[in-house]
Amino acid sequence: MFLINCPYCGERDQSEFSSGGEAHIVRPKQPKELSDDQWAEFLFMRKNIKGVQFERWNHAHGCRKWFNMARDTSNDKIHAVYKMGEKPPIK
Amino acid sequence: MSKNLRITNSKFIDQTSRISFKFDGKTLYGFKGDTLASALLANDIHLVGRSFKYHRPRGIMTCGSEEPNAIVQLGNDPSMTEPNTRATEIELYEGLEATSQNCWPSVNFDIGAINNFFSPFIPAAFYYKTFMWPASFWEKYEYFIRKSAGLGKSPTKPDRDIYDHRYLHCDVLIIGGGISGIIAAKTAAQNNLNTVLLEDKNNLGGTTIFQNNECFKINNSYSNEWLSKEIVSLNSLKNLTIKTRTTLAAYHSYNYLLARENLTDHLSLNEKKDKIRQRLWKIRAKKVIIATGAMERPLIFNNNDRPGIILSSSIKKYIDYYGVKCGQKISLFTNNDTAYETAISLSKSGVNVNSVIDIRDKSNSSIVKEAEKLGIKIHWKHTVVNTNGYKKIKSIELMKLSDDGTNVVGNKLNEECDCLGISGGWTPRVHLFTQSGGKLKFRDKDNVFLPTKSKSEQISIGSCNGDFELDDVIKNSNNLIKEFLNINSSDYENLEINCSREIDKKNIWLLPSDKPLGKTKPFLDFQNDSTAKDVKLALREGFKSIEHVKRYTTTGMGTDQGKLSNMHALGIIAETAEVKMGELGTTTFRPPYTPLTFGTIVGRNVGKFFDITRKTPIHDWHVEKKAEFENVGQWKRAWYYPKENETMHQAVQRESKAARDSAGILDASTLGKIDIQGTDSSEFLNRVYTNDWSKLEIGKCRYGLMLNEDGMVYDDGVTTRLGENHYLMTTTTGGAANVLSKMEDYLQTEWPELDVYFTSVTDHYGTVSICGPNSKKILSKVIPDLDLSDENFPHMSFKNAMIGKIRCRVMRISFTGEQSYEINVQSGYAKSLWEKCFDAGKEFNITPYGTETMHLLRAEKGFIIAGQDTDGTITPVDLQMDWIISKKKYDFVGKRSLYRTDTIREDRKQLVGLLTDDPNEVLEEGAQIVEDANKKPVEMLGHVTSSYFSPNLNKSIALAVVKSGKKLNGKKMIVPMKNKTIGVTITETVFLDKKNKRLNA
Repeated sequence: MFLINCPYCGERDQSEFSSGGEAHIVRPKQPKELSDDQWAEFLFMRKNIKGVQFERWNHAHGCRKWFNMARDTSNDKIHAVYKMGEKPPIK
Repeated sequence: MSKNLRITNSKFIDQTSRISFKFDGKTLYGFKGDTLASALLANDIHLVGRSFKYHRPRGIMTCGSEEPNAIVQLGNDPSMTEPNTRATEIELYEGLEATSQNCWPSVNFDIGAINNFFSPFIPAAFYYKTFMWPASFWEKYEYFIRKSAGLGKSPTKPDRDIYDHRYLHCDVLIIGGGISGIIAAKTAAQNNLNTVLLEDKNNLGGTTIFQNNECFKINNSYSNEWLSKEIVSLNSLKNLTIKTRTTLAAYHSYNYLLARENLTDHLSLNEKKDKIRQRLWKIRAKKVIIATGAMERPLIFNNNDRPGIILSSSIKKYIDYYGVKCGQKISLFTNNDTAYETAISLSKSGVNVNSVIDIRDKSNSSIVKEAEKLGIKIHWKHTVVNTNGYKKIKSIELMKLSDDGTNVVGNKLNEECDCLGISGGWTPRVHLFTQSGGKLKFRDKDNVFLPTKSKSEQISIGSCNGDFELDDVIKNSNNLIKEFLNINSSDYENLEINCSREIDKKNIWLLPSDKPLGKTKPFLDFQNDSTAKDVKLALREGFKSIEHVKRYTTTGMGTDQGKLSNMHALGIIAETAEVKMGELGTTTFRPPYTPLTFGTIVGRNVGKFFDITRKTPIHDWHVEKKAEFENVGQWKRAWYYPKENETMHQAVQRESKAARDSAGILDASTLGKIDIQGTDSSEFLNRVYTNDWSKLEIGKCRYGLMLNEDGMVYDDGVTTRLGENHYLMTTTTGGAANVLSKMEDYLQTEWPELDVYFTSVTDHYGTVSICGPNSKKILSKVIPDLDLSDENFPHMSFKNAMIGKIRCRVMRISFTGEQSYEINVQSGYAKSLWEKCFDAGKEFNITPYGTETMHLLRAEKGFIIAGQDTDGTITPVDLQMDWIISKKKYDFVGKRSLYRTDTIREDRKQLVGLLTDDPNEVLEEGAQIVEDANKKPVEMLGHVTSSYFSPNLNKSIALAVVKSGKKLNGKKMIVPMKNKTIGVTITETVFLDKKNKRLNA
């Protein structure tokens, strides 16, 4: 059970949050110009890496804000939390 | 008591307060401070249960949570009885009743014991191998196998006890109240750290608290006396909370831990009443110190499972702590020095120690010399090759070990005894460390797995960290604690410690016998009856991974999770497979450390507290009118209102007819309501709904369909434009929260530039819906000032109105196809508004209807219910709702997916209507639809999604999704059921009033 440092509220228990999958997947601005394959890439394809993964999280039972998190899936270490629209503070 | 097995010098047993209890129906006595196990032993009862597979007689083997055999059924009340409790952990209380498990008719005469004679035919995985053929017989086998599975009996009635959950936050959490835990607790608390110390027994001190031996001294006091003083000194520490009878169950990441505190299990039946039984502590600790100690290992030799064979350290605890002699002629069998401590304790208490059988060649430690001084006989380099006695051990056979330890030589010696203490060394309790994700390393010197790399802020100290000598425990613990807590000095510097140190070590995982292995029974897992032979068989059959061997042989899978002898299984596997133990690793230690009751896990969340119940502001009226309720998400919705002896069908037919013929009234308060404001509100709706919203006039309503990005229908509802930049969106009852969070997601992450704000107002408004040809007349009585003419207030529009001083919003929208009005008022006024409408409607026979009638009425009109007629695989095109997809808009959520190669397929399942050949035959929802029942395999073309008998059309109607359904209008199909096939015809989805005349009737 993680202890997550919400960028708006501070450290809270994981039970207050919900995970929204991989981060930094931008919704295409001109979907009409995309082939089926390109659209499927956006729609379905997600990474599942062992190591630092960038994820979307929502403080669902708190401030309801979405934010991003860099989490190492191999040991659950949270390396950074940062607001939507911000660049990941680590690589 | 038949024999006097109790000595009187124990400080921990109160011999002035006698406690009576029952075991297998017989009344016995013990004392305050006893466990059930110590009280049984004091009554000379060793045989307490039968083993799982062979039903061999089994006795108490340990004094703690690792007990594999002495597991009993506690209590006989059908709501309070508890199976598989460990007699070694049950504190004795007045009125305790316990019975043996896994035996019939009794523990002394058990029919199942015949399995023991068949045991050569019941090897590892016997069940897997035998009950495979023929496959069709499995259902017959299963009945018998299920009967023989499991040990105790579950309670048959709901648990009457109260359980509780609480949170706890601390700087330092210390798990284990033995000597190293106490050192840690005192040091942490003295340094201003908010400290919590957990101990699973009823008092602190671990094994040192009864270590009353010349060889173990601290600052010239016996180690137990020194530790007693330390424990007393803890009382003055303000930062320290001590919780006894509290077992750490689970260690999760980020130092989140779960502990179970036992509050009343040790109290008499009367004292327990109305008190919280067990409490689950949800702990978040900044730092964790694990001081869980070590467990003694047994030795693996032929017939090592007889009642009376007990771990040597447990025999020591029974005599030194509980004042109970486990026997009167005790032999000890060991590969290390600790058995000599037991020998000395027994000897000092006047128990005759036959001899110590030691597999080592010699030992020069001070404790062994002390034992020799007391005249205790030692058989060096010997092993026990067999034991005798069925229900209790009577004698042992020993032989000399060969030099390499793989064989026995010389003559067999017989030694009579009534108890055999065994000691195979020590296993650090690393369960919690590994639960938290820590990695182990193997130490060859004494064959132990030790903590190394940890993921969290934690250390392990004491014997769980591999320190087994008193001076190492104190010095290393002290240093580790100081470093971990950033402290310069503590009370535990420069102590003068005397202790015996073990120098000579020897380990043989599977001890040899004079008989071949196949003729012996060297038990590894005492609860599951798996032997060293079974493990070797599994390896011969090709199993390599220890996880596979574990499951194949069931070694380590019982209620004790193989705490006692997992190490031996690993040792034998490593030896047989010729790999290093460190490379082999261990099986995974999963929480909970010891079994938890379901009560503890659920806490207060039982019965009506299991889930939140949401009730509408009009709920009480429905209850008063004896409505039947339906759960919709967390909501309680009126389902139908049966009159007198009406069945559901009769009530729904009556309600549906009334709503179409005159007037019906529905509580629609549960529909999700989201208030949307901001200058970009219209733009936002354009992006999330499939249809166009930019031209919706103020005061008008529009139906909208929301898709997922994959093009599938997600939710629907009517949204009203209240003002230039102000909308009120309604959603399905079950979808409200999801729709809100989905919109928030898009707003915050994809389109943060939009100026829009969402507020959930579902609970803020109560909604009364009046429908039917007389609805206008009724509403005009309730709100006389409102112009209800079709010109002023047409279908799909909205008006603000006043009922007296109460403001309300009236929408003329319809989910039934009838002329219909929805009146929204602040929740507090909803019930009085409802009653007002009901009174006004009496002259028109206004009829309250529930969700079932609502569903029937909308089905007559072919209106979908998102989640019933759709299932996440249906696009609006599949629903034949192409009209709602805006052609003008470049993009909306899900649009691009509507022309993927898969979504434009013409043979997708599409929504159609169904009429049965026999108009009285009502289809079952979920029933499959086929065209040709003779074609093999039968092709399932689709299924029924909604089905009702329509009283207004006087026939059965249904909605269904069918492959290529759009093209099949008029086509005959078959719905095969269990005992018949039903002929149906595919139709359009709208059954009633195709031209929507009734909306303005």
